[in-house]
Amino acid sequence: MPILKHGKIIDDNWQNLADDDVLPETGQVIVSLTRWLADQTELVDSQLSLGVRITGDVDVSTIVSDLNYFDLVAVNFPGIADGRGYSQARLLRHRYGFLGELRATGPLVRDVFVALERVGFDAIEARDNAEAEAWSEAVARITVRLQPDANSALIASFQSAAE
Amino acid sequence: MYAYEPHDQLLVDQRAAQFEEQVERRFEGALNEDEFRPLRLQNGLYQELHAYMLRINIPYGTLSSRQLRKLADISRTYDKGYGHFTTRQNLQLNWLSLKDAPAILAELASVEMHAIQSSGSCIRNVTADHYAGAAPDEIDDPRIWAEIVRQWSTLHPEFAFLPRKFKIAVSGGGNDRAAIAVHDIGLKLVHDDEKQIGFEVQVGGGLGRTPMLGKVIREFLPAEDLLSYLEAILRVYNQLGRRDNKYKARIKIMVHELGAEVVRDLVEDEWLATRDSALKLPQDEITRIRNNFLPPVFEDVVIPDPDHQVQEPGFIAWQHTNVHAHKQPGYNIVTVSLKAFGIAPGDASAEQMYVLANLADAYSFGEIRVSHEQNLILPHVRADQLPALWQSLQRVGLGTANAGLATDIISCPGMDFCTLASARSIPVALAITERLDDLERLHNIGELKIKISGCVNACAHHHIGHIGILGLEKKGEEFYQVTVGGRADDDAAIGEIVGPGFAGHQIPDVIENLIAVYLDIREAGERFVDTVKRLGTTPFKESLYAHSQTR
Repeated sequence: MPILKHGKIIDDNWQNLADDDVLPETGQVIVSLTRWLADQTELVDSQLSLGVRITGDVDVSTIVSDLNYFDLVAVNFPGIADGRGYSQARLLRHRYGFLGELRATGPLVRDVFVALERVGFDAIEARDNAEAEAWSEAVARITVRLQPDANSALIASFQSAAE
Repeated sequence: MYAYEPHDQLLVDQRAAQFEEQVERRFEGALNEDEFRPLRLQNGLYQELHAYMLRINIPYGTLSSRQLRKLADISRTYDKGYGHFTTRQNLQLNWLSLKDAPAILAELASVEMHAIQSSGSCIRNVTADHYAGAAPDEIDDPRIWAEIVRQWSTLHPEFAFLPRKFKIAVSGGGNDRAAIAVHDIGLKLVHDDEKQIGFEVQVGGGLGRTPMLGKVIREFLPAEDLLSYLEAILRVYNQLGRRDNKYKARIKIMVHELGAEVVRDLVEDEWLATRDSALKLPQDEITRIRNNFLPPVFEDVVIPDPDHQVQEPGFIAWQHTNVHAHKQPGYNIVTVSLKAFGIAPGDASAEQMYVLANLADAYSFGEIRVSHEQNLILPHVRADQLPALWQSLQRVGLGTANAGLATDIISCPGMDFCTLASARSIPVALAITERLDDLERLHNIGELKIKISGCVNACAHHHIGHIGILGLEKKGEEFYQVTVGGRADDDAAIGEIVGPGFAGHQIPDVIENLIAVYLDIREAGERFVDTVKRLGTTPFKESLYAHSQTR
């Protein structure tokens, strides 16, 4: 599935490793949180760029001290209706200050792109090319924000009061 | 009334255009039904038995005459010329086609209305006391705070896909007329020792198949911290609410399983991290919203001598039940009953909506409210204009003098419309109304709230009916379970099941039986629900199962 980074389709150089895959010598790998917890020393000592993938049941406050090791955190959305990843992203970006790539994975459609970016994702795995290519149109559909975003403190209504 | 700022208008316009595109993609097959369903639900659109149903938000139940006329227009152009006002202060249109829905949303946007998040697993239309701004007992106007919650919850990026639907209600702080104890979050306006305004916060109330009353997790929340506190509750729930079983997914189950104290600690910890964030309400923003809800310019009214007013018994009866005290001397709050004999509870025709919009302009500063008891309210009526108003209401079948009485029944649409229903509810409501169609007798019985749900989802709030009726189905046959003693006021309680269920045709007899027991044992001035509180349900059960044949 295509990956959007800041709205542009990119070549994805990250390799998703299964828990029993052999570690490559070099490159960028995404491992499960289980593997990270099990093989932490080996992973840290390698020459690899590290990413971790987390599922909705992970309490992200438990991985805060590990965030420095990661260039990427992939948050999985098993379906459109499971919204736990929005809070996870919000906390990782805003509360815990994660500065690497925050990637929403799953077959995601254009209708949720705005919300994903607003809670702090900078990369999105789109369902297919049609969805990925619709990014600019999709994020222009609703431009009003009535809540502060993970990256800003602007609220349309509060601004209008100040004007 | 809240008047949209340019950005509010832009949002609803953009949302209508977005939905038009989503519907096109659905018709083209670019979105499958699993992907499309949450999108249409978050625009209020359900696929029902015979057609699409649109649930239109009426935030905190406040409508202008212009908006009511638009709703009447829409019901005529796209539906069958009537609408159904619901227990969540919304309006439902039952006979729509999907292709018309985007145009309807655009029409709604033209009068500062929308259907955003009126369905789906998200924060729903915020409800409030329907007497807000008029009630003599309120601490502050709950609409100000409900509007702030409406804006914050509208398209909140983090909370669009919660474990389950999420309902917030705000009471003005006097008598609870917003049933806050049966909401996911109930907010009650309170003063602290220094007379500062804030909220008592309840969490985890709800009805459905597991009825529960909310638990107070904070006695006093400073008003400026409202949004950060709500956000803390929602963030905890979004992560910890159960997603493995839709019947255990509401926050009430989370509160029940973790315990209110654990939930309070989780919320307070989360809140500490965010309370001084951008969500802290600036004073000038509160003032801006407040200025939208300033009281109308009341006139000095010479209160008419009752002896020289209309002496018709119908008017006297109506005045007794449907006219309520107002904070402004010389004014009254008027309940317009949508429970006329033979009409499905909560239904209003387009013609009635037009007439009511005109009457609101003539008698109530152009304002109308929708109550969670499925009636309409004219909030600011001059005492000397009550007879003229009553006569006008009578002419279009809106003058029924039964507010709060046994025929002021709350009912869900039931099997006649709803795909979730197990049994019919409207015909049962109509049968009860037919049996009790005697105004003198009704007034003698006094306040009695009967609520009828057609399935365990409890849309008609049967658990908090003084008499609650729940339609169920077993082996292809409908039957009805009866509860007694539920209430949603400051002494909120879940009704107690009296025993085995009854067939639908027995329900009018059951109601008569319960009323007979009450009339027999009540003390002077005691309402049905007071008698139940004093004596419990035993006398009612004994009588019911001694005389009725159960199934």
